[in-house]
Amino acid sequence: MTTVIDILSWVFLTGGGLFVFIGGLGALRMPNLYTRMHAASLTDTMGAVLVLVGIMLQAGLTLATIKLAAILLFLLLTSPTASNALASAAILSGLQPQEGTVRPGGASE
Amino acid sequence: MTILGLVYYWVFAILLMIGFYAVIAKPNLIKKLIGLSIFQAAVFLLFITMGKVEGGTAPIFQDGVSLYSNPLPQVLILTAIVVGISTTALGLGIVVRIKEEYGSIEEDEIQERDLQ
Amino acid sequence: MIIILFGIFLLALTVITALAIVQSESLFAAVILTGIFSLLMAANFFLLDAADVALTEAAIGAGVSTVLFLGALALTGEQERSGSKNRLLALGVVTITTLIVIYATFDKPRFGDPAAPVHQHVGPWYLEKTPELIDIPNAVTAVLASFRGYDTIGEVFVVLTAGIGVLFLLSARTTARPENMQPPKESHQGLRHYLVPRVVGRMLIPFIFLFGLYVQFHGDYGPGGGFQAGAIVAASIILYALLEGEEAALRALPMRVLQWLIAGGALLYGAIGVMGMLLGGNFLDYSVLASDPIAGQHIGIILIELGVGITVTGVLLSVFHAFAARGKV
Repeated sequence: MTTVIDILSWVFLTGGGLFVFIGGLGALRMPNLYTRMHAASLTDTMGAVLVLVGIMLQAGLTLATIKLAAILLFLLLTSPTASNALASAAILSGLQPQEGTVRPGGASE
Repeated sequence: MTILGLVYYWVFAILLMIGFYAVIAKPNLIKKLIGLSIFQAAVFLLFITMGKVEGGTAPIFQDGVSLYSNPLPQVLILTAIVVGISTTALGLGIVVRIKEEYGSIEEDEIQERDLQ
Repeated sequence: MIIILFGIFLLALTVITALAIVQSESLFAAVILTGIFSLLMAANFFLLDAADVALTEAAIGAGVSTVLFLGALALTGEQERSGSKNRLLALGVVTITTLIVIYATFDKPRFGDPAAPVHQHVGPWYLEKTPELIDIPNAVTAVLASFRGYDTIGEVFVVLTAGIGVLFLLSARTTARPENMQPPKESHQGLRHYLVPRVVGRMLIPFIFLFGLYVQFHGDYGPGGGFQAGAIVAASIILYALLEGEEAALRALPMRVLQWLIAGGALLYGAIGVMGMLLGGNFLDYSVLASDPIAGQHIGIILIELGVGITVTGVLLSVFHAFAARGKV
């Protein structure tokens, strides 16, 4: 039983790490603020959920699991709010989101 | 283990000098204050590194653990962190007043205006 | 082995962040990077078994310090003028000093060595005597509050003095020449027109406050204590001030109450010390506060930590209001 829990938590932790990596890669490669935030929000949601569930599996049914669940709830509440506030601030300071995509050939949709 | 064991002290030296460079080479007063707080953080890292005992854990007594890290450097650094934020707050107050009186927070512009 | 590699990874991130801070020209980016730097330092401290210090660095360094820097940035400029005069000389001095310090570190005891001189004299004595004389699980709180209580009362008075200093500097009526100040922003309305941060923020404020109280009173049993709790409670009220506006926050907790908080915490600490003298012991001797010396230590530690928390909350909030109210010329 503990082996099953160990393997499951390994899967969750590795998946969480993968999503964090993808989020970071997206934040580097995306062209402007809004698309970068969209990529970074991947880290805040899937990355945080998978990593914390992986750790909760390791902690078993102790007080630590309840604290981890509280941390997860807090993160899920505050990270989207922070992205919203960031995007509002960006719109206020005049940064307009680009319409469509621009390909190297020059044609935009 | 010796080389790996010295990495923390080398990082202390590097961070110390990065903060010090910001204090002496950057003319902006707020950049100097930020450099000072990096300098302080490097010193904290040195003390906490010296307090760690291999195989020990945080100095909070629990059942089944017999080896703890040294609590004394941690106590000193707790005090130091709070004193650091106090001096930073006071420094920022002075910078705001300098901006109001001199119109600039760049060091050479302030010295020019002083000489007038 | 994995722990050491992870430690080196965190240290590398810290050094890269510090380099980015020094060379970035936008002060706003530098301040946010300083917040990230403080959080990475907190992670490093946690890896080095310093749980209390990590909590303090995260709460004060990454939390309150960033807010104070941003408050000062709003009153000064955001762009740094580039170019410094003595850059090569400064680089030379810095490089030579780094090499000297690295050369000096070869004499230091091996990392984690239990036979190092720092672990020989007072450290083991504190670890041995805490269960016997004070009987609380958190040895750091025991040393901070009881064995080295004189240092902590000095620290409370340093925080008090800094608060008084900032209030002196920034409460004077501004005689600024009009061309020097930034144009007053109409930001003292708070985030009144932004629904999402306001709703979520107002929902979170009581929980942050509750967590601050938890950290205050659980300092004996786990990482925590007065300084961390003061910073967290101040953060919850600063969040309220950011969301609802400066006047609403000053109506909720007026400056008079904050002045009472600043002085009251230090007064409580000093009063416990004097009470020790009046009951027959020395200054800040808690064993005489109750009939059983260990119960007396518990009472003394809880009360002085409360005093510390109250003063730190008052000072951090006063400093924040001093910066925030300055923008309205």
